[in-house]
Amino acid sequence: MAKRTIRRIEAAPDADTSQPLLAVEDVRTSFNTAAGRVKAVDGVSFTLERGKTLGIVGESGSGKSVLSRSLLGLLPGRNVEKTGSVKLEGKELIGLSEEALREHWGIDMAMVFQDPMTSLNPVTKIGKQITESLRFHLHMPKDEAKETALALLQSVGIPSPAQRLKEYPHQLSGGMRQRIVIAIALACGPKLLFADEPTTALDVTVQAQILDLLQNLQEERFMSVVLVTHDLGVVAGRAHDIAVMYGGRLVEKAPTKQLFAEMKHPYTEALLESIPKLNHASHTRLAVIPGRPPNLIHPPAGCNFAPRCNYAQDRCLVEEPALTADTPGHEFACFFPVGSDEGRQALAANVAAGKSAAGTPVSLPARAHT
Amino acid sequence: MPDSQRHDETDVILAATGGMPALDTEMDVDAETEIEMAATKKLGIMGWLAIGWLALILVMAIIPGIFPFGELGERDIEALRNDEGVSIAHPFGFDSRGSDLATRVIYGCRASVIVSVGSILFGLVIGGILGLMSGYFRGRLDSVIVNVFNVMLAIPALVLALTLATVFASGDNVSYTRRLVVVTLAIGIVSVPILGRITRASTLTWSEREFVIAAKAMGARSHRIIIREVLPNVLPAMFSITLLGMAIAIITEGGLAVIGVGIPAELNTPSWGNLIATGRSQMLLGAPNQIVGPALFIFFTVLSLNYLGDVVRARFDVRESVL
Amino acid sequence: MAGSGKAHLSDNADEVLLRVENLTMHFPASGGKVVHAVTDISFDVRKGETLGLVGESGCGKSTTGKAILQMPPPTSGSVVFDGTDLTTLKKSQLREQRTQLQMIFQDPISSINPRKRIIDVVADPLRVWNRTENEETVVADALEAVGLEPELSKPKKRHEFSGGQCQRICIARALVLNPKLIICDEPVSALDVSVQAQILNILEDLKQQFGLTLVFIAHDLAVVKNVSDRVAVMYLGKMCEVADPDDLYHHPAHPYTNALLSAIPIPDPAAEQRENLGLSGELPSPMNPPSGCRFRTRCPRAEDRCAAEEPQMREIGDQHFVACHFPLVDMGPAETPVDVAVD
Repeated sequence: MAKRTIRRIEAAPDADTSQPLLAVEDVRTSFNTAAGRVKAVDGVSFTLERGKTLGIVGESGSGKSVLSRSLLGLLPGRNVEKTGSVKLEGKELIGLSEEALREHWGIDMAMVFQDPMTSLNPVTKIGKQITESLRFHLHMPKDEAKETALALLQSVGIPSPAQRLKEYPHQLSGGMRQRIVIAIALACGPKLLFADEPTTALDVTVQAQILDLLQNLQEERFMSVVLVTHDLGVVAGRAHDIAVMYGGRLVEKAPTKQLFAEMKHPYTEALLESIPKLNHASHTRLAVIPGRPPNLIHPPAGCNFAPRCNYAQDRCLVEEPALTADTPGHEFACFFPVGSDEGRQALAANVAAGKSAAGTPVSLPARAHT
Repeated sequence: MPDSQRHDETDVILAATGGMPALDTEMDVDAETEIEMAATKKLGIMGWLAIGWLALILVMAIIPGIFPFGELGERDIEALRNDEGVSIAHPFGFDSRGSDLATRVIYGCRASVIVSVGSILFGLVIGGILGLMSGYFRGRLDSVIVNVFNVMLAIPALVLALTLATVFASGDNVSYTRRLVVVTLAIGIVSVPILGRITRASTLTWSEREFVIAAKAMGARSHRIIIREVLPNVLPAMFSITLLGMAIAIITEGGLAVIGVGIPAELNTPSWGNLIATGRSQMLLGAPNQIVGPALFIFFTVLSLNYLGDVVRARFDVRESVL
Repeated sequence: MAGSGKAHLSDNADEVLLRVENLTMHFPASGGKVVHAVTDISFDVRKGETLGLVGESGCGKSTTGKAILQMPPPTSGSVVFDGTDLTTLKKSQLREQRTQLQMIFQDPISSINPRKRIIDVVADPLRVWNRTENEETVVADALEAVGLEPELSKPKKRHEFSGGQCQRICIARALVLNPKLIICDEPVSALDVSVQAQILNILEDLKQQFGLTLVFIAHDLAVVKNVSDRVAVMYLGKMCEVADPDDLYHHPAHPYTNALLSAIPIPDPAAEQRENLGLSGELPSPMNPPSGCRFRTRCPRAEDRCAAEEPQMREIGDQHFVACHFPLVDMGPAETPVDVAVD
């Protein structure tokens, strides 16, 4: 049985490694709806170096998809408010018009979406969809574009590429379509790729193939990847760093191994414990996270996760924890982190009382992570 | 794919979240709750004006006598001789026989209301039943009904009305009622396939929803499922089409009158359509006022019906294509 | 073409609630083609157990679930439920059987009529069958059993509940008639990860409480493994392997099961990942499935025999059956069955 590892990527000779490729600072995105202002992303900051993969993990309402679309500038104009700073190689993206952003889309950054059937135009041939980007951004003549398209299809592992160029999306399987979506995204050689749940709609055997493909392409091109998913298993093997989002906020960020070995935020711990694992015995009782995701229009005072947290104390209900890092590179937003003295005491107190400070009955005691 | 009824605001959020129903189930439903609460919006001034106008038309149809413009059938020869035109007491002037046009237009409401409501109700009941059965049972029944619809759609309303009028309502002693019934029936028959297709499309969508399959799986009989599960969800689509259909029925009545197969333009049987028909010939002789009255009424009524039809459609997010 | 065999079926009629034999579901497609969704499979479900049916898209697991309910009735084969062959029943008799067989669907929101109140939704099965005495109590008990507060929930409508809560309502609805068997068709696939755990726990609890038998259909092997007593792996309309879940995980015998297990990402970077065998090629079209063993076109162990002869289910361990000529567990070549039909 082989261990799956993430290979160290050496810098490409001409790459600018003096500053991070992507610097996101305090991005907040909210939607004005008839019912109120939905704070979908509520202050997210991180940096991403060239050639590295950041996994963003979260469930519905965590804001992970809104975040990736915010960073790219893909949100519809009306009723959306975006603040903060997003710098791509030092260039500020927030505030740019769609026309200015178009200069970056495809060339500097690209996105792969979840459902390949709806990301591809059903009435246009595959060939045209690939060459479109090439001819628009790089002003390639038709023949050269076609050759490049063929090479691209080959690089994403599609058999008989010449035939595929003339086909329509519905003639291909889900896995093939997603490869084509990736090919289109990479056509102009972007430095940054957002992959928003790229394999969720695919079978698990195809998922492994597509993720391998992404990893290979990333290494070849020294590309940075932001991998957004709800599946902790997917990021465990593929990301250098993992950021966990909850209720629009970043609650924990750490290098992958560090995160799993020493998770600090109760949500991360609860999430991991609620997933059935293949290597556990059957009929293992799953630890449940009580309650529902927070209302993004009226988020709770204090910590977003407090109403559902096993460790919640009074302080959590009034004060919002800021992201701190006691180990370099490992940030978390919690007053009573897992594995710390405060955390252990808080949990013990709650178990003894039978409920947390928020009144939630404390479920099965969480396994202690050293 | 969960496909709940969406509104603009939810579309914004969904567009942002990539519209991934499977994973955003929690978020969708929360957003939907907010939207449901917000959707009980006021109708707005236009909506109330539309309702007000239609209410007025209804009153005119039921009790036309309460309006002070004169009696039906009255002819004011003096006014004709003096070539009197529009005035406060006679806002639409007189027709070539001396009858006050305002009175005739108001009395004409009755015919128009009967024709539009009657024909569309006819179409709704028959087309609706056929559409429901067709969309729910599919298979051969569906093929047959669809073909019937296709054949019916190919028949122009005017040709049908002409045929019906010739067969059932020709000759000089035909009663007003009979003529009215013929016109209503003609428009009604023509509307059957249109309403039927809309109903069928909506039924097809709803019949595939999992709650219908769940009902089958628990052993409910077909008629129970159609009436209790499918129909309540198909009704909004049908309702909005009904309003639009009525608007078209009114215009069609006008068209039929102009070609001479509508309600005859006798003294006591005005309808908006035949008023325009008779007024048309007078227009060229320098008296355009004769069509202004009925034309305005048709205009505002159709506008109100269309507007309300749109409001209902937007409220219930009917996605089927309209006539 | 011979079926996969019935070695894995129990001989003890008393312990078997559902026995499906030679089930075939073929659907006509345009152009005169036929979709071979499920071809000649057999399996049984023992009383009080949870049978997990797992496989990727196109394997026919959902079709199988619906076939048990005769929705639509199978192209051929028998479905013997509690002693009665459902395929031979007349429409009215079949209807009556439906009180004993219930189903939970993948999309919990779409499974509830948006215009009905929850009390009407859950009481519906009772009303269909005129069992309305004590309706209020039965509904309240069912709602409580799934963890919803009855008085608060009854008057509300679907849009006031989350996805997970809607699924609980669907489970409550499935319970009111006291069915013997509940078929769960991807009940947690459309739910958030943390909500899945709630539903899985509820199903386990209810199974104990009400003595239910479950058929749990899903594509996520980790979920199926967690909740099942026995797991059956399907591929392209055929059954590959049937085993105890832990046994399946530790000793997969069928190459497809192994490929499936190796492809599933484990949320633990320190864990040993199986060597990814890498399935070659694409999933064949169900309109033109490969002869013999349907997995042979992608199987790293395939040989000539696999194209000529369809493998039969045989026992290779305690309650562990596999349909493969060259399974991963070393046990020597399979004997050629006497009645094999070579196309």
